Amino acid sequence: MSFYGVELKSRLLLGTSRYPSPAILAEAIKASAAEVVTVSLRRESGSDRAGQSFWSLVRALGVRVLPNTAGCHSVKEAVTTAHMARELFDTKWIKLEVIGESDTLQPDVFGLVEAARILSEDGFEVFPYTTEDLVVADRLVEAGCRVLMPWGAPIGSARGLNNVYGLKSLRAHFPGIPLVVDAGLGVPSHAAAAMELGYDAVLLNTAVAEAGDPVAMARAFALAVEAGRTAYLAQPLEPRDMAAPSTPVIGKAALGD
Amino acid sequence: MRIFLNDDAHDVEPGTLAAALEALGYGGRKIATAVNGRFVAAPARPATALTDGDRVEVVAPMQGG
Repeated sequence: MSFYGVELKSRLLLGTSRYPSPAILAEAIKASAAEVVTVSLRRESGSDRAGQSFWSLVRALGVRVLPNTAGCHSVKEAVTTAHMARELFDTKWIKLEVIGESDTLQPDVFGLVEAARILSEDGFEVFPYTTEDLVVADRLVEAGCRVLMPWGAPIGSARGLNNVYGLKSLRAHFPGIPLVVDAGLGVPSHAAAAMELGYDAVLLNTAVAEAGDPVAMARAFALAVEAGRTAYLAQPLEPRDMAAPSTPVIGKAALGD
Repeated sequence: MRIFLNDDAHDVEPGTLAAALEALGYGGRKIATAVNGRFVAAPARPATALTDGDRVEVVAPMQGG
């Protein structure tokens, strides 16, 4: 699997927020075997060193970072934040979020397409956090996106895949574009389900960070992602309406009256 | 001269963004900056003059999902 020409072995991308401690964050990243972690940027005062120590921790883990524009509600905010992130993290990658609605954190897909175009033309490699809408996805690809990240469910909701049909349609329409289910996953079976649909990867944060044991949950998600991917490649059986005996009937002993 | 850095008022000597950041404890730090909503790249800070009332944003790496 590759994102913008970067080959990756792990199909699990992990967020770095909401962990009980920096040490548990580091252990969870290791347990997940994730090669890409999402990061953000926030105001820092002259006396506060939290950002500097967080950056040291991430660098020590040797993972690639995918900065986000979380919390941005306008194209201008998102584009400026992306520029700050590119300089701060020294990467062209940007997880582009333009939030349109506060209760669901649903992407503002109109602003998203506009910001994606501006940033792609400026040399960014955009990972848009979007919905499963096919037409929006088309516009994002036209705008220059070579990865799409539809939501499974609202961020942090742990609801899993809200629209399996929509996600399947997206997969079918974009066979050559890496697709990542981003957000809304709650348990490893949700991740496995996304992978069984043929998605290239999943991105999650809260489901691991706020689990009772984040390190064990990171490992569980890694196993589920691998299981789901292996199952997809093994071509799963299609559901059917009626029973089909798994044990052969031919040759069965005639023991009835 | 009064500037607003991350919304907090600071009185600084008239000068550049780089000088103001140094004076306010950001020297050598991993940060990114914007002035009045416009990104200012690190190499441009020494040549970016601040004026009274400017709004400066200073951000650093942080956890994100």
